[in-house]
Amino acid sequence: MASLDRTARAFLLTELVTGFMLTLKYMFKPKVTVNYPHEKGPLSPRFRGEHALRRYPNGEERCIACKLCEAICPAQAITIEAEPRDDGSRRTTRYDIDMTKCIYCGFCQEACPVDAIVEGPNFEFTTETREELMYDKQKLLANGDQWESLIAANLQRDAAYR
Amino acid sequence: MPKVKINGEELEVPAGITVLQACELAGLEIPRFCYHERLSIAGNCRMCLVEVKPGPPKPQASCALPVGDKQEIFTNTPMVQKARNGVMEFLLINHPLDCPICDQGGECDLQDQAMAYGFDRSRYHENKRAVPDKELGPIVKTSMNRCIHCTRCIRFATEVAGIEELGATGRGESMEVTTYVRHTLQSELSGCIVDLCPVGALTSKPYAFEARSWELGKTESVDVMDAQGCNIRVDTRGAVVMRVLPRLNDDINEEWISDKTRHAVDGLRFQRLDRPYVRKQGKLAEATWAEAFAAIAAKLGNLEGGKVAAIAGDQCDAESMLALKDLMDALGSPNIDCRQDGAKLDGPRGSYIFNAGIRGIDQADAILLVGSNPRWEAPVLNARIRKRYLHGPCPIGSIGPAVDLTYPVERLGAGPASLRELVDGKLSFFEKLKAAKHPLVIVGMGAVARPDGAAVLAMARELVEKLSAVREDWNGFAVLHTAAARVGGLDLGLVPGEGGRDVEGILAGCEKGEISAVYLLAADEIDTKRLGKAFVIYQGHHGDAGAHRADVILPGAAYTEKNGTYVNTEGRVQQGFRASYPPGEAREDWAILRALSDRLGKRLPYDTLDQVRSRLVVVNRSFGAINEQQPGSWGPFGQGGSASDSPFVSPITNFFMTCPISRASRTMAECTASRGQAMAAE
Repeated sequence: MASLDRTARAFLLTELVTGFMLTLKYMFKPKVTVNYPHEKGPLSPRFRGEHALRRYPNGEERCIACKLCEAICPAQAITIEAEPRDDGSRRTTRYDIDMTKCIYCGFCQEACPVDAIVEGPNFEFTTETREELMYDKQKLLANGDQWESLIAANLQRDAAYR
Repeated sequence: MPKVKINGEELEVPAGITVLQACELAGLEIPRFCYHERLSIAGNCRMCLVEVKPGPPKPQASCALPVGDKQEIFTNTPMVQKARNGVMEFLLINHPLDCPICDQGGECDLQDQAMAYGFDRSRYHENKRAVPDKELGPIVKTSMNRCIHCTRCIRFATEVAGIEELGATGRGESMEVTTYVRHTLQSELSGCIVDLCPVGALTSKPYAFEARSWELGKTESVDVMDAQGCNIRVDTRGAVVMRVLPRLNDDINEEWISDKTRHAVDGLRFQRLDRPYVRKQGKLAEATWAEAFAAIAAKLGNLEGGKVAAIAGDQCDAESMLALKDLMDALGSPNIDCRQDGAKLDGPRGSYIFNAGIRGIDQADAILLVGSNPRWEAPVLNARIRKRYLHGPCPIGSIGPAVDLTYPVERLGAGPASLRELVDGKLSFFEKLKAAKHPLVIVGMGAVARPDGAAVLAMARELVEKLSAVREDWNGFAVLHTAAARVGGLDLGLVPGEGGRDVEGILAGCEKGEISAVYLLAADEIDTKRLGKAFVIYQGHHGDAGAHRADVILPGAAYTEKNGTYVNTEGRVQQGFRASYPPGEAREDWAILRALSDRLGKRLPYDTLDQVRSRLVVVNRSFGAINEQQPGSWGPFGQGGSASDSPFVSPITNFFMTCPISRASRTMAECTASRGQAMAAE
């Protein structure tokens, strides 16, 4: 009896049909993939992506060269040099992050007393050369200018939980 | 000896100390801001409160309370905890929350103690006090909002530095630390108030915002800006020397250093010789070591020893001077000298060191200065003399330049004639010296670095022998040098050999063409115009006078860039350690001389620093005892004969610029300008 059943299944192609049925079923279900880069998945406001140096609304850079981020950085990716600016305020003359060393732990933004260095929502900063991943102050400030509205909104959304 | 009980443990402590000191003896740390071991007690920060029985039922300031027998001291009771928390909260009421931009951050007493005793938030919602900043000159930067009124700076300026320029106006919240009239500190020790300030109110201006304390590598070293050999700590970031801080050493500098020691180090970044040069067609051209050595070998190879001469500079380490001496011996030249200023010192060791020791100043009960301005020649030593003056009656007389030494000085005359009168007992000050148990005669370079220096030295010897100041338990003959390398050089015998020439003879020989080649080991304080047509080899670290005249330049290392041995004015051998590496092609000095000797076919018998140091001990046994003052032998020295009438003049005309490093320093240039303005204003 069992051999008859197995033979019937083989000739009626039931396994093949079952397989195609599953495929057919998924064709009518909503898609789980997104059409990257035209579509993107949701990001937490705490997402730790590319770094940025922020400015105050009046255009003054926030960073005061306290070097706490440099001190806390576990990968030692941050290098800062500072001196008095012409008006006597404490500012960096050099603020470098080696993005290839960085482990994106977010300690730098936790350490920052003025919310100057932040890890923004941008994760698409691949480059063609390694050198381009050595970020300097100019690049970081430009990032800040570019992403400020999103960064500020994220900080606002997360503020209640800090 | 009173017996006290500290936190239940019985302890016997010396009488007359304070409760705070007793707690320290018991190994307990008492928080404090205003109390400092070397300053008078103010008792105004209230941080050191402890509970003491018997006594009123309230906490007491331990820094100002003497210990008594059968006292019971508690440092960990709830009352003490509460009192400390309260004091800390009050201190923080008016202290701005600007630690991130404060240079003291990371090495701040208030920050540290707030971590231990502070509350994690403020209950104070009113406006904080705001105080205008003060201008204290090119060394000290002020941020008076941060001041907690501990008055350490005021007490230091008044007591140690001896300039009564800092003070406080107003009371309570409106109290301000300020200068009374003039607006810059006219002291050679003003940098010390930056160290003393427990908060960030006074910070170092040249170092402003440059580095954080945790980024710095710390190396123990010895200062070479003056002959006192102050113990310093060199802080480096990478290859750059960022700052210099004092190290504690009660025998030498206590915990002070001069502004030059502290701030001349930015000169190490400028005007450096970082590769060899050889003069071609009248111009210095960059060269390799091999080319430079070849140029020297071509010149020295066929010269007889007597036509070669060498002069060692004022900041050389003993190792390089030894190598120079050995090389000159090998070349057969007796023409070697380490006394650029022409000081007539070459007698037994006792004749050229500060025999009494710097600690001996505390013991002295009458002091005579001969041709010396210690305030400029050794500011920290001058503070020691001032400390002695404050401690009790001690007549201080001076024959030499009329200068303000920060303590009253009886001026006895200007030149050798007055010294003669004193020796003959014609001046009343002689009786004071005679009456003293420990008379101290400090002979400066102004007295011996002159053509009749030997005669002056003989008079000084006659004086101390008349006073019987040289005996078993006390030697009151003290030479105050201005050059850090001088005693080391004299110990190693860098004086003309038989038939040799001293600096004056070498220069005269160059002018006449009798000397054909001169080796300058970082010697810049000579008149280079007088070198005539001689072939000049300059080995040093800065492009200063010597390098400008040189035919071959060999780049050497500055004092922070080599492991060096230095002997200070009291004959104490000290070692400094390398804090960073010399720039570019530059090398350690003894190694350069060793390499050159090989090229000249007169190979010196040492290959490592240890071997050089063993040779040092062979040449002079005193190099075997590091950090100990070796007593000098006493014997006849000086030369009779008449001295001229010209007054003694201190060799230092500008305190801030005395060596290639300080001349290259921007901070020292600012200090010079600021001092000039202050003098012009007077």
